Amino acid sequence: MAKNSMAHEFSKGLIKENPVLRLVLGCCATLAVTTAATNAVGMGLATTFVLVCSNAVISMLRKIIPDKVRIPCFIVIIATFVTIVQMLVEAFSPALKAALGIYLPLIVVNCIIFGRAEMFASKNKVLPSILDGLGMGAGFTGALLAMGIVRELLGNGTIFGYAILSNFMPSIIVFLLPPGGFFVFGILIAIANRLSGEGKAPEEIGCSGAAGCAGCALSKNCSLIADKDKEAETK
Amino acid sequence: MIKSLLAIFLTAILTENYILNKFLGICPFLGVSKKRSSAIGMSIAVTIVMMIATAVTWPIYYGILVPKDLKYLQTIVFILVIAVLVQLIEIVLRKYIPSLYNALGVYLPLITTNCAVLGVTMLVIDKQAADPANYGFLQAMVSSFGAGIGFLVALVMFSGVRERMELNDVPEFMKGLPITLVAAALVSLSFLGFSGLVTGMLG
Repeated sequence: MAKNSMAHEFSKGLIKENPVLRLVLGCCATLAVTTAATNAVGMGLATTFVLVCSNAVISMLRKIIPDKVRIPCFIVIIATFVTIVQMLVEAFSPALKAALGIYLPLIVVNCIIFGRAEMFASKNKVLPSILDGLGMGAGFTGALLAMGIVRELLGNGTIFGYAILSNFMPSIIVFLLPPGGFFVFGILIAIANRLSGEGKAPEEIGCSGAAGCAGCALSKNCSLIADKDKEAETK
Repeated sequence: MIKSLLAIFLTAILTENYILNKFLGICPFLGVSKKRSSAIGMSIAVTIVMMIATAVTWPIYYGILVPKDLKYLQTIVFILVIAVLVQLIEIVLRKYIPSLYNALGVYLPLITTNCAVLGVTMLVIDKQAADPANYGFLQAMVSSFGAGIGFLVALVMFSGVRERMELNDVPEFMKGLPITLVAAALVSLSFLGFSGLVTGMLG
């Protein structure tokens, strides 16, 4: 039983509560760095590292941190690990640092990390929190990788730098530009909704109502939630 | 001088729009853009916070972090300063300008974890590091003001698009977020048309 629940903490982040495609958290990074599959993997791993470490530390300190000042405490813990990641990336892969640019320090405001701290790590023991972080990180990396592959393949004709399509068709550069990011993201969410929530309106399984949304600072004013409330009222 | 400031301002709005080109502040872009009134309120609050945040973090970076060789603390210091600032603005507004607080207050807590604000404060530092001779505090402030106005333009335009989309018959699995993102792609595509405009006009 205990084993099963541990496995559940890990696997829920992969598909069922995938942070990007189902909870729609951390969109900035998802859209910005997925112009190439390698960047997507680098960003995914960096975020996973921060997620696992901050989940572990916050879970350890959950009984010490007073409820009133928990948000500043979480921010400091998360920012510390983001700084560590910045230093590690700069030391071991300057090329990746150049590719990620400003989006590497911006991991600190990625709602996934804050959301998991608030929703999960501050209420659960250390081991489940680490597994939760690993699963969510893997789900995040997977979604980024999917986006990175689609955009790199259509926009540049390559995957991880290997030429796949470039001999057969001209590349569609717009997929590397910002509009392509929005478009591919929209289509991927539509596919995820289609596959996993057949018949359900995406509002119900998207951002609102899902566990991640309560951790989002926008939850009060988010139109996605307002829709759902309206729906509930009419029922 | 004025020409270069104008170029910075227009670049921040049109060619390097924070939402449509840099993907910063996507959450409010998707979340608060359904009604035009809330889109305007949110953008004004963001613009004010961006400018105050830049006005505070820029001197901290160049006055404290650089001389003491603590550049690596940038991320931690900036996010904490922004979080404190937003709280402070909220308290001051509530006490002294209640009418403004009633109009903008609901948006303030949303801004703390907004990547656009942190992004602006860090990008102006990056830009200055790349071109220290021509970039300073004044340019940083103009850049952050432009970023806020760019945010306003994108949000208001997009709220118009979404209001029209309400009435359209969208396939079931595309409803909600997916169709919104596809619409955002089209709006962003239209902004690509501005590329090269500013350098061509003022450069």
